[in-house]
Amino acid sequence: MTNYLEVRNLSKRFGDFSALGDVSLDVVEGEFVCFLGPSGCGKTTLLRAIAGLDPQTSGTIRQKGRDVSALPPAQRDFGIVFQSYALFPNLSVTDNVGYGLVSRRQNRAAILKRVTELLALVGLPDAGPKYPAQLSGGQQQRVALARALATSPGLLLLDEPLSALDARVRLRLRHEIKALQRTLGVTTIMVTHDQEEALTMADRIVVMNHGAIEQVGTPQEIYRRPATAFVADFVGSMNFLAGTLMAPDKVRVAGVDFDCPVQAGLAPGQKVSLCIRPEDVRVRDLPADIVNRVPVEVAELDFVGAFCRATLRAQAAADVALTADFSSNLIRDLGVDIGTKLDIALPPDRLRVFA
Amino acid sequence: MSLAVPGLRIGLSRDDLMMRAGVVLLAGLLLVMLGLPLWALLAKGFEDRDGKFVGLANYISYFSTPALFQSALNSLQVASITTAIVVPLAFLYAYALTRTVLPMRWLFQGISLIPIFAPSLLPGIALIYLFGTQGFFKALLGDGSIYGIDGIVIAQVFYCFPHATLILTTALATADARLYEAADVLGASKRRVFFTVTLPGAKYGLISAALVVFTLVMTDFGIAKVIGGNFNVLATDVYKKVIGQQDFSMGAVVGMVLLAPAALAFLVDRLVQRKQVALLTARAVPLVPRPKFARDLFFTLFCLLVSAAILAILGMAIWGSLIKYWPYNLSLTLDNYDFAKFDSNGWDSYWNSVRMALGAAVFGTVLMFTGAWLNEKTRGFGMMRGVVQFLAFLPMAVPGLVLGLGYIFFFNAPNNPLNFLYATMGILVVNTVAHFYTVGHLTATTALKQIDPEFEAVSASLKVPVWRTFTRVTAPICLPAILDIAIYLFVNAMTTVSSVIFLYAPDTKLASVAAVNIEEAGTTAAAAALCVVIVLTSAAVKAAHLIADRFLFARLQVWRRR
Ligand SMILES: Nc1ncnc2c1ncn2[C@@H]1O[C@H](COP(=O)(O)OP(=O)(O)O)[C@@H](O)[C@H]1O
Ligand SMILES: [Mg+2]
Repeated sequence: MTNYLEVRNLSKRFGDFSALGDVSLDVVEGEFVCFLGPSGCGKTTLLRAIAGLDPQTSGTIRQKGRDVSALPPAQRDFGIVFQSYALFPNLSVTDNVGYGLVSRRQNRAAILKRVTELLALVGLPDAGPKYPAQLSGGQQQRVALARALATSPGLLLLDEPLSALDARVRLRLRHEIKALQRTLGVTTIMVTHDQEEALTMADRIVVMNHGAIEQVGTPQEIYRRPATAFVADFVGSMNFLAGTLMAPDKVRVAGVDFDCPVQAGLAPGQKVSLCIRPEDVRVRDLPADIVNRVPVEVAELDFVGAFCRATLRAQAAADVALTADFSSNLIRDLGVDIGTKLDIALPPDRLRVFA
Repeated sequence: MSLAVPGLRIGLSRDDLMMRAGVVLLAGLLLVMLGLPLWALLAKGFEDRDGKFVGLANYISYFSTPALFQSALNSLQVASITTAIVVPLAFLYAYALTRTVLPMRWLFQGISLIPIFAPSLLPGIALIYLFGTQGFFKALLGDGSIYGIDGIVIAQVFYCFPHATLILTTALATADARLYEAADVLGASKRRVFFTVTLPGAKYGLISAALVVFTLVMTDFGIAKVIGGNFNVLATDVYKKVIGQQDFSMGAVVGMVLLAPAALAFLVDRLVQRKQVALLTARAVPLVPRPKFARDLFFTLFCLLVSAAILAILGMAIWGSLIKYWPYNLSLTLDNYDFAKFDSNGWDSYWNSVRMALGAAVFGTVLMFTGAWLNEKTRGFGMMRGVVQFLAFLPMAVPGLVLGLGYIFFFNAPNNPLNFLYATMGILVVNTVAHFYTVGHLTATTALKQIDPEFEAVSASLKVPVWRTFTRVTAPICLPAILDIAIYLFVNAMTTVSSVIFLYAPDTKLASVAAVNIEEAGTTAAAAALCVVIVLTSAAVKAAHLIADRFLFARLQVWRRR
């Protein structure tokens, strides 16, 4: 696997404000990468630097082995789709999609053939003669995608392409964009602040915060093994229990020691957070000798559709609370209700510890 | 977003180079059209008649000549009184247009704009017919005379009214209905709502309107010329010094004195407007006035009265132009429209005006729109773009007479390679475009800011040269704004007197200037006729614009339809 894009020590300052600090990143050819992070963390800044639209203050970018760091956007190889779509309102869909082809001196018939092909590809075979204002938001987004793909760029950049759409359209387009990307095999970077979008679409996710990369990994890695407390908190739900590291594999919370994976980087005696996701809390069929067993009482039970989110308080220490997801079956089988007392276990392999 | 960030030099694409070259060219053009003439004017004030440097001698002599200094005081007086009358009047009128249920609103709105289409000497002429030595209502004045401050103020009110009304209509139109609902729910009295919601909302509009009116009066020349009598103001002083006495140095000094208040008003306006935050957020609910009998009746009567006054003045000028021999023979005739009898140029001056206005509209619109686009869209290059921005705003602060005077000094200098332009139609066009540059530049910039900012990024990614996106997408989308600029330039070129009065040659005399000359020679009826022809032409062009906007461009712009 070769690196298609290599970003090295990229920094970007706006006056005194550092929007990107020393960011390095590799993107493999054909990969779908998502930049994920809260609003204002520098995702767009990084994307625009890669495109050359707002060049970095320092650092280098290599695309397909070529140093493009100092090249203007017109000399780089990319297609881009903006949140606003930036479709040309006075041109028909056909002219929009063919916009980049006309200047390549192809003949009209060839351009028309390519446009037809692209419109079929994005599922809008009949939209050609229409104007953007006559299309729905989702359709406009597909036209923007077709226009960006028309010149067969090596790199596709998408900046929050779905966030202006309503929820149902967004869900459908997620799958369509992902399928299209897989068919074409075009290396793609998408910016989003929606973790679900990133988790379902990306081959790899780049989690960013305050102009720096927190973690790079597959959706499973990001979700299962968040590298930092920020990632743990930002992606999915997570319980944070304040405790102290007693031994490399023991954390004490409210006077009780919990077994956890061996922590190499942390010193015993250090204040830490013991973390577990709500769906990883075990309730059913606990063996008698199971570790990390905690007797709790159900304090709240919130119905969220497919499951219930329960707030549990330790019987021994009422100020220690954590949430757990209980399936409807489990609630029925065990007769769980507010005030119910039961034992839970925190499986050591599902526990994460952060300083 | 500076490209010249320390530590990294980004290469420039062909587009970047082209656009930067465009910005440099634009800055150069504006420098020649504005900066250098004003500089020449400034320098002239420090020279004696033979061009020798004399330091502040001219200024000292100016301020120690009581008659000249009195003119400055007179100008301030007229401007203050007019502002005090026009702004409340225009506020009520704008309030009626935006906040009450007015029958035939569009008609009242249209009538309020009429003065814009007339040269400023038209109200002066109409007043002479009504109250002059031979006037219809002369008796009403008793011993008083319309020639002097009274006449100037009345004519100025007519001339400035639409400018103030336009600004205040815009200020009052952008109201958030939710604020009024909230005030209602809280049980605030009508008076309280007016003073706590309506007035503060229009505050910046009021300040702006007052400053605009003040500047217009300070710098206008036509009215004081026609009806000022012995009441001298700065603008007529400049004219007398330069045309009458050929004292260019003193003319330059008076020009600088005239420039000061205009520039000051402009600066104050800029500072105030900067403080203004957008009152109308995207989620604001526009206010739709509900009928209320007593209020609506009052404002309808008020608007009727104001409209009647405007129409009376226009009507008087028209009638006067059609009368055989005022006031002895009131039978109608078209003789006064045979301009050859009154001015050697005859109808030529009218056609010169039309040609000049067309030239200014075409050249000016292309320059202003392309210039605004270059300045908005060029990547990096902050310094040079700042220079262009400054030069583009400069004309707003410079009275036409002052600019025209600067043109004499700059373009007539024998060692200036652009000397060939002097006394041609070209210099009139260039001068007019420069004089009205700011509004066109602002209109274009506003339109450009409203379209998607990523068009250039998209074309760069598609490897389409940026100028192609300019001609194929940006300019067509901005067509309404482009036409607005063109019409604005045409109308102003037709009516302007002040800056071109120094610059015409015998064969390039304009209608507005010819009207001044004819009036000066004592044939008021023919001057009125020429003014009427100008009003009809510019109003017809504006009407054609509105009709075309309604029917033709709707078809041209199908893409706007959903
Ligand atoms: N042109 C600019 N000038 C100053 N600050 C900017 C500019 N563009 C972005 N920023 C700042 O840089 C930070 C990162 O912005 P951005 O990359 O747009 O965030 P996001 O992750 O939401 O896309 C934000 O704090 C933003 O305010
Ligand atoms: Mg963003």
